Amino acid sequence: MNLYELFNSLAADSARSIAGFQGELALCVTIVLLLLLRIPRLTSRIDSFFVMLIGSSVALYLAGPWRPLEQPSEIFTGLLVYDNFTVYFRTLLMAFAVLFAVFTKISGVPDRDAAPDIYALVLGATLGMCIMASANNMLMIFLGVEMASVPSYALAGLLKGRRQSSEAALKYAVYGAGAAGIMLYGISLISGILGTVHLPTMAVRLAELLQPANLESGLGSDTHMVLALGGMMIMVGLAFKLSAVPFHFWCPDVFEGATAEVNAFLSVASKAAALALLARVAIGFGYIPAPVLVETAPAASVETAALYNVADPPGEAPAAPAARTPAENAEAKAEAAVGFGPLPNREAQIAALAPAREFIWKLVAFVAVITCTFGNLAAYGQTNIKRLLAYSTIAQAGYMMMPVASAMVLAGTNAPAARDAISAVAFYAGAYVFMNLGAFAIVAFLRNMLHSEEIADYAGLLHRAPVTVICFCIVLVSLIGLPPLAGFFGKYQIFASLVDAKLWFVLFIAGLNTAISLYYYLRVVKIMTIDPEPDTRRPASMSFIPGTFIVLITAPIVILGVWPDSLNALARIATGQLF
Amino acid sequence: MESTYLTLLSTVVFLPALGALVLAFFPREKTEAMKYFALGVTALVFLLTLIMALPSAGDWQFDAAVTDMQKVFSVGWIPSFNINYFMGLDGISFPLVLLTTFVTMLSMAASWPIEKHVKAYCILFLILETGVLGVFLALDFFLFYVFWEVMLLPMYFLIGVWGGPRREYAAIKFFLYTLLGGVFMLIAILMLYFSSDLKMLSKDQLVAAHVISPELSEGEQAARFAEIQAHTTPRRTFNILALQQLGQHTDAFNGDVLGKPLQWWAFLLLLIGFVIKVPSVPLHTWLPDAHVEAPTPISMILAGILLKLGGYGIIRICYPICPQAGYELAYFVCALGVVSMVYGAFAALAQKDFKRLVAYSSVSHMGYVVLGIGVWSAVAGNEFNADAWKMGMNGAMFQMVAHGIASPGMFFMVGVIYERVHHRNLDQFGGLFAKMPLYSGLAIGIFFAGLGLPGLCGFIGEVFVTLSVWSFNHTLAIITASVVVLTAAYILWTLQRVYLGPEYKGPHGDHLHPMTTRELAIALPLFVLAIAMGVYPQMVFHYMTPSVNQTVDDLAGWAQRNAANLPQMAAFDPTAPAPVAPALVQAEIQ
Repeated sequence: MNLYELFNSLAADSARSIAGFQGELALCVTIVLLLLLRIPRLTSRIDSFFVMLIGSSVALYLAGPWRPLEQPSEIFTGLLVYDNFTVYFRTLLMAFAVLFAVFTKISGVPDRDAAPDIYALVLGATLGMCIMASANNMLMIFLGVEMASVPSYALAGLLKGRRQSSEAALKYAVYGAGAAGIMLYGISLISGILGTVHLPTMAVRLAELLQPANLESGLGSDTHMVLALGGMMIMVGLAFKLSAVPFHFWCPDVFEGATAEVNAFLSVASKAAALALLARVAIGFGYIPAPVLVETAPAASVETAALYNVADPPGEAPAAPAARTPAENAEAKAEAAVGFGPLPNREAQIAALAPAREFIWKLVAFVAVITCTFGNLAAYGQTNIKRLLAYSTIAQAGYMMMPVASAMVLAGTNAPAARDAISAVAFYAGAYVFMNLGAFAIVAFLRNMLHSEEIADYAGLLHRAPVTVICFCIVLVSLIGLPPLAGFFGKYQIFASLVDAKLWFVLFIAGLNTAISLYYYLRVVKIMTIDPEPDTRRPASMSFIPGTFIVLITAPIVILGVWPDSLNALARIATGQLF
Repeated sequence: MESTYLTLLSTVVFLPALGALVLAFFPREKTEAMKYFALGVTALVFLLTLIMALPSAGDWQFDAAVTDMQKVFSVGWIPSFNINYFMGLDGISFPLVLLTTFVTMLSMAASWPIEKHVKAYCILFLILETGVLGVFLALDFFLFYVFWEVMLLPMYFLIGVWGGPRREYAAIKFFLYTLLGGVFMLIAILMLYFSSDLKMLSKDQLVAAHVISPELSEGEQAARFAEIQAHTTPRRTFNILALQQLGQHTDAFNGDVLGKPLQWWAFLLLLIGFVIKVPSVPLHTWLPDAHVEAPTPISMILAGILLKLGGYGIIRICYPICPQAGYELAYFVCALGVVSMVYGAFAALAQKDFKRLVAYSSVSHMGYVVLGIGVWSAVAGNEFNADAWKMGMNGAMFQMVAHGIASPGMFFMVGVIYERVHHRNLDQFGGLFAKMPLYSGLAIGIFFAGLGLPGLCGFIGEVFVTLSVWSFNHTLAIITASVVVLTAAYILWTLQRVYLGPEYKGPHGDHLHPMTTRELAIALPLFVLAIAMGVYPQMVFHYMTPSVNQTVDDLAGWAQRNAANLPQMAAFDPTAPAPVAPALVQAEIQ
């Protein structure tokens, strides 16, 4: 292949791919514009907020096709996958970026001087998160995680003068680096064994490796050990992003040290992306998706794929193993000697992946149960609202991981049920945007009002700022999971998926945790509403614009609680192509 | 017709919530106006339900002769989970709905002494009423659960903000217990949902469950039925009536879960959820605290209505959906009831606090309800005959309504005196009869109703339950009967300590002024009803008996079909027709 052909095939693929990547490109352009704003004399009179707002709005507009995609497709030679799941989470993340811009403008942090930097970091991280949600390749997974993490480290240190803030940023960075290193090692182990970094191809290879004949003969059992080790190492990286126990230690410190604005970003966007990635990786290794449509000419696709992937082109290996050329069959036979015997069809491949699914659901369920319980128990003793919410997000991450375990249990036998389980995650992530953005927005506005983030200082706030307190109560009650609020329907779906998967123990722990979590959420409610107001409080009140913002953020929690089908229908569409 | 019912029942349920919304816009200082407004709303809701009880209300009339659900409507709510906005009324729920609207109205009238944060109080109070009415009317299990949980938060605040010195402890305890019960219930609901399949039911059963609307023509029904049957995947449902059909006519809920049938677990989890609310020993400990700390009107609601939700849930959901488990656990349920009765009575004897005593009397009296429902005696002597059970179930239902009249009355009477002397110490009372004769007369009447004196409302339910237990187990019956003695002991002793005696020597004696007109207007209707229901119980049975008997007949029918598998009933030939039972219950009533 000469350079000209290579260029042509790449150009054809890229032109097609860019159509599905416009939102991210808009983010890139906005980042560049924001950086240009730092040239003082040129642009000192432009408020970077407007650039951020317009940029993220355009990105949001371009992110979704605003209608369900008929077919999933792989873009950029199989590096990313462009399906409804991608679109859902990307839209969610960019919508959050828009809300975040408005929120920071109202709360006044960051100030005008620091704003371009902060917004550029936030958008950079969002870009990474979008890649996490659409990753189809181990390299992109790692790149996405890193692109999302590195700006977050800087964001955690946003308050430059504060020791606590710097400590938080340093802790976060060191932890992050460690987790990333371990994850990369895991990726290299698994990719090395399976001979590819392209996720669907890896699944096919894994199925061949794990097929019953191999397992019975004990062939490659040492390989399985390495695979399991690699899987656990990848889980370390994901658990770090999810702030799952035991990789959560950064979370309370960072949340306490960073501003509430950054916390909102970390707890919502970062978590949504990490969940999407967890679902992607779990499904990627535990299930063979329906054949992916490749639109370009097959020849170009095969060649470009061959250039970038060690393994077979994406469209072919999972889709039609029967259509292999004789040469390929010969190759496959050679591979069979080391354990890679080809499997007749997709059903057989899915069946062969049962051990992988069992490993994944046990691992995820174990981490979820520990995370949920620990997060809830540790939240009891907290006196700082941001620390309390940090533990709350840890516990919520535990809940949100549970349906992934259910999906892995169900995927082999009941694909629609597995789809519903993942759509529970998607719904919860959507509801979580409003719950946690609402919580941190209120914390930020109350900080501006009271100059305190101690829960004790909220005493009797109901009389001073009734609307804010009522909204905060709604948010907290929704986080407990009481009807008729969005959090309840999310939790209901999680429980439903666990019942469907018959994961009784996990279900029992989740139920118990709901009761445990009641106490500390309600303690905040109690302090704000029942406790008397201290005499020493200076006169202060919530001004109109922050109050309106709070109400507008809280309203969807109630609306989604009463009409959950609006979001749930979208979540179902988003997950419809995964199984 | 469905749209009429939709409007009617939705108005009943959501009118209070709407009132709460309007209250939010009242100016802060108009506290008196808010109270009048809230009272007006509760009175309006009561009137609406009262009209339904009248014989000439046209479309709105509740037809007591109909045994099945009436006023049923169903519209889609969350289609992705087959959740419907599905409500209806029958003889089990209607008396309780009427009781709810009545007691709520009286409690609102009893709320006049509330001075703190009146606006919030009225709003929460009205939301609470919406939650309770929703639970009684909901026929969709998910909807039921939503209303069930909606009650929690208003109740938490009503105890936590307006309660006594240990109000925060009591409020969180109430919340934790009920939430834990709610979580168990949710798990059971999901277990049932995921094993349900409408395709297992026949067309008639689907029509009876209102999955296929009975209003459709025969052809349309057939088309709907074919549509349901055409699905390849299970058609899951939250429809309580359909779940009942599945539980009684199919083996949908017999799948194995951890070594037991699924319905055994579902029954147990649901029972725990409901029994916490009833409450039965040993899950009752939230109740005395909640009652003692709650303000008087909230105690009235709590004792008069909220406790009934537990009993209602057991009748409506536990037994009809999980008959097999109900049969297996009959002794467990009855034991719960009896232990509660005995323990509650002894605990009441030991109390020094007037309100705590009344609270424990509730534990004891609600034990009758659990016992009456739990008596699984579809076999009487040598015959296949559910008459004894019908008597127990009717007795339990009557006891719920009677307790719903007597116990708010008792709490109100305690509240009246507490407002004057600011203590509830039984040892420091005495001689109230001399100072407040009218009040004391009414109070003694209501306490006697609680005691179960013949001629008053408490008697009927207790006697029915006790008689029905006899055919189930003699020992339990004897214990049940002897609890009456304990009850008489603590009530009479209390009356003696509080109302009799030479003169009042406790604190604030000079504040013992006679009852006000408002107080009289609350106490008198309760007093009159307590007598009326005792003398003419038919006024309650008229509405409830057909539906209750139908429920028991359905369960007895299930028992007969499955007699071969049931140890106690194995001797009976399942193919033989059931002997036509003499209408023992009817005879008893008339």
